[in-house]
Amino acid sequence: MKETQIQDHATLAEAFIQDEERVNWHDGALWFIREKRDLAAKKIPEWENLREVASQIKHNVISNLHDYLVQFEENLTRNGVTVHWAADAAEHNAIVYSILKAKEITQMVKSKSMLTEECHLNEYLAERGISVINSDLGEYIQQIDNEPPSHIVLPCIHKRKEEIGALFHEHLGSEKGLSDPTLLTRVARKHLRNVFMTRRAALTGVNFAVAETGEYVVCTNEGNADMGAHLSEVQIASMGLEKIIPQKKHLSIFLRVLARSATGQPITIYSSHYRKPRPGQEMHLILVDAGRTRQLARPDFRDSLKCIKCGSCMNTCPVYRKSGGLSYHNTISGPIGAILAPNLDMKKHADLPYASTLCGSCSNVCPVKINIHDQLYKWRQVIVKEGYAGYTKALGMKTMAWTLSSPGNFTKAGKAGRWFMQNLPFMINNKFNPWYKQRELPEGPEESFAEWYAQNHEKEEPVYK
Amino acid sequence: MTVGLFVPCYVNQFYPKAAKATLQLLEKLGLEVDYPTQQTCCGQPMANSGFEHLTTDCNENFIRNFAQYDYIVAPSASCVLHVKEHLSSARQPENAALIREKVYELVEFLTDVIEVERLDAVFPHKVGLHQSCHGLRGLHLSQMSELNAPYFSKPEQLLNLVKGLEQVTLDRRDECCGFGGTFCVAEEAVSVKMGKDRVTDHSKNGAEYITSSDLSCLMHLEGILNRQKSNVKVVHIAEILNASL
Amino acid sequence: MNSREKILQAVLKNQPAASVLPDISMFGGNKSEAVQQYLEIFKTIGGTALEVADFAEIKTYLQDNFELTKRTVTTLPELGDMAEMLSQTVDPHTFEDVELAVIQGHLAVAENGAIWLTDEVMGQRIIPYICQHLAVVVSANQVVPTLHEAYAEIGIGNYGFGGFIGGPSKTADIEQALVLGAHGPLSMTVFLLTEMS
Repeated sequence: MKETQIQDHATLAEAFIQDEERVNWHDGALWFIREKRDLAAKKIPEWENLREVASQIKHNVISNLHDYLVQFEENLTRNGVTVHWAADAAEHNAIVYSILKAKEITQMVKSKSMLTEECHLNEYLAERGISVINSDLGEYIQQIDNEPPSHIVLPCIHKRKEEIGALFHEHLGSEKGLSDPTLLTRVARKHLRNVFMTRRAALTGVNFAVAETGEYVVCTNEGNADMGAHLSEVQIASMGLEKIIPQKKHLSIFLRVLARSATGQPITIYSSHYRKPRPGQEMHLILVDAGRTRQLARPDFRDSLKCIKCGSCMNTCPVYRKSGGLSYHNTISGPIGAILAPNLDMKKHADLPYASTLCGSCSNVCPVKINIHDQLYKWRQVIVKEGYAGYTKALGMKTMAWTLSSPGNFTKAGKAGRWFMQNLPFMINNKFNPWYKQRELPEGPEESFAEWYAQNHEKEEPVYK
Repeated sequence: MTVGLFVPCYVNQFYPKAAKATLQLLEKLGLEVDYPTQQTCCGQPMANSGFEHLTTDCNENFIRNFAQYDYIVAPSASCVLHVKEHLSSARQPENAALIREKVYELVEFLTDVIEVERLDAVFPHKVGLHQSCHGLRGLHLSQMSELNAPYFSKPEQLLNLVKGLEQVTLDRRDECCGFGGTFCVAEEAVSVKMGKDRVTDHSKNGAEYITSSDLSCLMHLEGILNRQKSNVKVVHIAEILNASL
Repeated sequence: MNSREKILQAVLKNQPAASVLPDISMFGGNKSEAVQQYLEIFKTIGGTALEVADFAEIKTYLQDNFELTKRTVTTLPELGDMAEMLSQTVDPHTFEDVELAVIQGHLAVAENGAIWLTDEVMGQRIIPYICQHLAVVVSANQVVPTLHEAYAEIGIGNYGFGGFIGGPSKTADIEQALVLGAHGPLSMTVFLLTEMS
């Protein structure tokens, strides 16, 4: 992987925006998906009710998680699946390694799993002589370019087809200058077929885990999870604790909203329900905490665990569309990433809750009704209280609060915009002000409204209680 | 009925015309309007940056100024939403709660409280309506495009009463402009790109004016328009609703 | 204390007060329009769906539209004379060269085009994924309006593996351009068989 980014969202976004043609394309492509999502949602009269019910089911999951996990484990064991528990990324990776090592397996194929990205599993295994190939086309492209996915559903949405053609030319020996998406997909299909045929182990993520039956559901459009799993001797599934749903019938709710929210499709092409190993096959499932129980303890933020990873909040977010997923420097980008990441490392991700205008569109498209923009606001309060906001910012805010909180101070601050020009962070009247870089400042009027009112609108002062 | 006119701090300082129009419009409609002169700020700039704990004095001052009125009306959806969602007071919790109930953004006050059915306004121009996010998704001034729910728009309802006004149809009817408080400087590049794209949507669809119930959005869009030396102008919705030939 | 106990203890300590599960029994669709809706939806997904009266019609269609000289496998005895009855015991890798697989589906969902299949009707789990072209035969009266009716019918079930398949394998990862045939089948044909009804 490329060096872990230490730059903040604003800096990385500014770099992304330099290429305006790319940004316009990126913005348009994601907006188109948002429009497809709208069309799909509006074909279902009961759509808003489905969202509400999905949210309530997930609330029930969060509030009964202990019992559901125990029930799920019991059913998995009964079905012949080996269950593992991992407190953190390190333990998760060690478990995967031990499973592979026991079978002397040195090559594994992996379908999409944000959790294993979060755990940096590929790097960990590579250091121990085990190669992993990501089989989702977008993730595969990101892997050969040594970059993390920029979007949880569309991993390489920030890349142009010509760039992908160049990568395939370099890594797969395809014809130089090839940029037709169908032909490029055929190149990858051929190459990855060979991978599927030769890998003894396959790892998948989990979309939904049914406590009632001990089965887990994996959704893909490409069929890559199934190609890997059904040809493997050892099948491993990694899941965050929050993926549980109580009963089989609840899948009807979640599968109805997932793909429609994600891409506007009525359902993903493949919704695979894995329950028991094939004869002769081993099946393992790893339940991973990695910060989830900590998030569960935060009343203001535990609803983020309802997320079903549809990516609709990214597609609708204007900040995401203009800044690209990699600018969030976190495995999960976009609005949902910005409320999940501070729980993992508040200092490193202190900038993310600020990478939003709080416009609220994310909360409206969320199929499980997570109040994402409210949580962004609340994370800002936490980040300031925990001291991660930066000294200058804190001082500026104190000055502003002092002036704005008292009529005396406010009047003394001057008339017709003078104080604002000197103090409001977005108003400071000098050429170093970021406002002024690409925008004119408002023209200060002759007089403020208060001044005009005092002279022109004779009224008695209101009497305070 | 006495209305307390809440003029947000930056409106007072930079856009007095919008405040004047609000005052005149309410008086034209026969209302008694007071402007409590000791008002300052709702506290939103601090709170949205994560410093809500510094807004205690702002809150107390707001309550001192406005508790006595039947209604509180402001030409700013954003500030009204902040008061509705966050005004609190340890000393006067009842008054804080009452104010949260009776504070209105101008448009919703006109459509929901006064139930205005006719206006004498004339504004013979092509106008693009910018939905401020706080007005749209916070105060529900219009139906949000994300939801599968019947369409309505309170600002459109009022603009339809203005003679000569032609509303332009936008490609993205409720996309954020990118102002976002301190976001506009902390994330300057994204903020400006978002603003530029909004401006383009309006201008390519033929708007001569961009209007909104939020001046913070308009200040940002105006900054971009002026830098581009565009002929498109911004105007607060109060100025349109109060306009005559 | 091992990780299992640590995690479960943390969950128990941190989870909020219990909330009840919502009733979902009000959801569902209209059975009378299901077949027509299925045929339309499946087409928009990029598949081919047709109503057929009997297996003779299916055979004719397959002969006209596929290269049956290439390896064709099936689990349906009715097609035993034109396709290889697939073995449930051989190594799944041996199916790599399958051109066409024709199998039975349990039910079809009108709202999204998906067919429910379990390992029982797949013959081997890999079959509907590894073949170049997939054809599925479903009884026309097994078309349900929505996923709610589908899961009601499936119940708890007793399969080792089951899946909804709703069209040819698909990707749009390269510039959002839709490409059929990512890793799985390049095409999918669904026969809604009225005779089985």
